[in-house]
Amino acid sequence: MIEFLKATKSFRTAKREVHAVQDVSLTIEQGDIYGIIGFSGAGKSTLLRLVNLLEKPTAGSVKVQGTDITTLSPKELRKLRRRIGMIFQNFNLFTSRTVAGNVGYPLKLAGTSRQEVQRRVAELLQFVGLSDKANDYPEQLSGGQKQRVGIARALATSPDILICDEATSALDPETTSDILRLLKKVNAEFGITILLITHEMHVIQTICNKVAIMENGKVLENGSVFDTFTNPQHETTQNFIQSVQQDRPSSTLLEKWRSNGGTKLYRIVFKGEIAGAPLLSRITRKHGTDFNIVYGTVRELQEQLYGNLLVSFDGPELAIQQVISELSELTEIKEVQTDAS
Amino acid sequence: MQVDWQTFWPRIVEATGETIFMVIATLILGSILGISIGLLLFVTRKGNILENKLVSMLLNLLINFIRPIPFIIFLVAISPLTRTLIGTTIGTWAAVFPMTIAASFGIARVVENNLISIDPGVIEAAKAMGASPFQIIFTVLIPEALGPLILGLTFVTVGLIDFSAMAGTVGGGGLGHVAMTYGYQRFDGSVMIVTVVLLILLVQLAQWLGNTLSRKFLRR
Ligand SMILES: Nc1ncnc2c1ncn2[C@@H]1O[C@H](COP(=O)(O)OP(=O)(O)OP(=O)(O)O)[C@@H](O)[C@H]1O
Ligand SMILES: [Mg+2]
Repeated sequence: MIEFLKATKSFRTAKREVHAVQDVSLTIEQGDIYGIIGFSGAGKSTLLRLVNLLEKPTAGSVKVQGTDITTLSPKELRKLRRRIGMIFQNFNLFTSRTVAGNVGYPLKLAGTSRQEVQRRVAELLQFVGLSDKANDYPEQLSGGQKQRVGIARALATSPDILICDEATSALDPETTSDILRLLKKVNAEFGITILLITHEMHVIQTICNKVAIMENGKVLENGSVFDTFTNPQHETTQNFIQSVQQDRPSSTLLEKWRSNGGTKLYRIVFKGEIAGAPLLSRITRKHGTDFNIVYGTVRELQEQLYGNLLVSFDGPELAIQQVISELSELTEIKEVQTDAS
Repeated sequence: MQVDWQTFWPRIVEATGETIFMVIATLILGSILGISIGLLLFVTRKGNILENKLVSMLLNLLINFIRPIPFIIFLVAISPLTRTLIGTTIGTWAAVFPMTIAASFGIARVVENNLISIDPGVIEAAKAMGASPFQIIFTVLIPEALGPLILGLTFVTVGLIDFSAMAGTVGGGGLGHVAMTYGYQRFDGSVMIVTVVLLILLVQLAQWLGNTLSRKFLRR
């Protein structure tokens, strides 16, 4: 659907050359809700803007539905842009047009008849739940309502792809959830492929099925959200994940545990099916040991269970070793340094 | 010498009509020219939809050359050209020509400034929706800038009333001419007062119209 092939974008400023996007190769498939996450300045916006050629790659290429978009004529490019809806952090609504005027604008550009514009606008406003605001001006709307107008406007020409530049970053948590639900609905009902960028892991966790982590213009890692969350490779990724799921107690608590004569702590990560089975109690009982869950979470991620527990074992040393080796065949288990951060 | 009010009043009415005509004619012609130049200035700026260094530089040079010239001097300096094009340097049309030229450059800057204050994100959004540069100019830039633009044009109009009085003193007709012939050359204070009051009223009227219109279009 969207393919970045060693896409690179550098900006030449007066002082130096900024490599905003470097050698990025990614494939976004039909039906994906693909999230790109990274800190400010990582190059996310630039990467996103390559998709509709608001920025032209300085090297490499970008393919949309099999076409290398850098080869298109200006006219073909404008036609392609109608197949790619875009929404923005600051909504970018036309202040001089009403809600209906904003939503109908891309249709007017495309030369749609007045009647058809009216019909489609009504339909879209119904979809985003703003039918009663058709004749209001953007300044009269709340942030969440403005973004709904932005979404309706982006969907007006029935695009195949929706790209979102920090669509929820200007919104409060509750409104963010509303907008994310709406985006999910867009994906599910119309089968529109969504490429979004964000700096909030929460957004990725809530709606994305795939994720790429960006830093300094490069993609550090990418894959399914489940795999990335349960088995992050890079420290940046781990930090992002910790921002949404605290998987260890605070260092003061760990310190206390240790100074109170606490035994060794192990982290056990369960994924998928296994998280549903009474593994821990079965295995410890078999070897005549006890276990104590010190800390942990079990959560749902991409409709799979994912458990992350800190456990201590009580019993003869040998038996504990056996428990650990048996568990390591079925789960991930690692000793936790209690004195480290 | 006493003014003959019998003949003076019809003369004042006529002169007011001439002033209003000069201002409106200049406003219309100057807006057409000025808005075109202003749009061109904006779209050819660095990083804008029709970036063009050469055009941008030439326009800026021209504007910065004409604008600092005091109008009364410009009026005289341009009079050979006025005579060639209008056929005379006396009368309302002969005043409208230099006024239009001077106003266009002022309006061009006002337009450019209003366009610069449009959120670039909005222009980008239109681009992302597949709008051509032409469509962006007419469906985004102009409507988005209209409210402040009307206020800017109002400001220019008030200046034009001033210009027209100046043009009047050198043969352009209108209230300026009346004030000059009756008030200045014949030292009649009462005529002066009448023309000044009329000019103030015209300015008030223009400002009121501009404010009302712009309020209709201002959405921010
Ligand atoms: N038009 C430009 N000219 C010069 N440098 C630019 C331009 N656009 C972006 N950059 C630079 O490219 C780098 C990446 O910017 P980009 O906006 O893509 O980051 P981002 O990940 O979207 O950040 P944020 O989360 O703050 O939006 C930054 O260093 C930025 O300064
Ligand atoms: Mg950004």
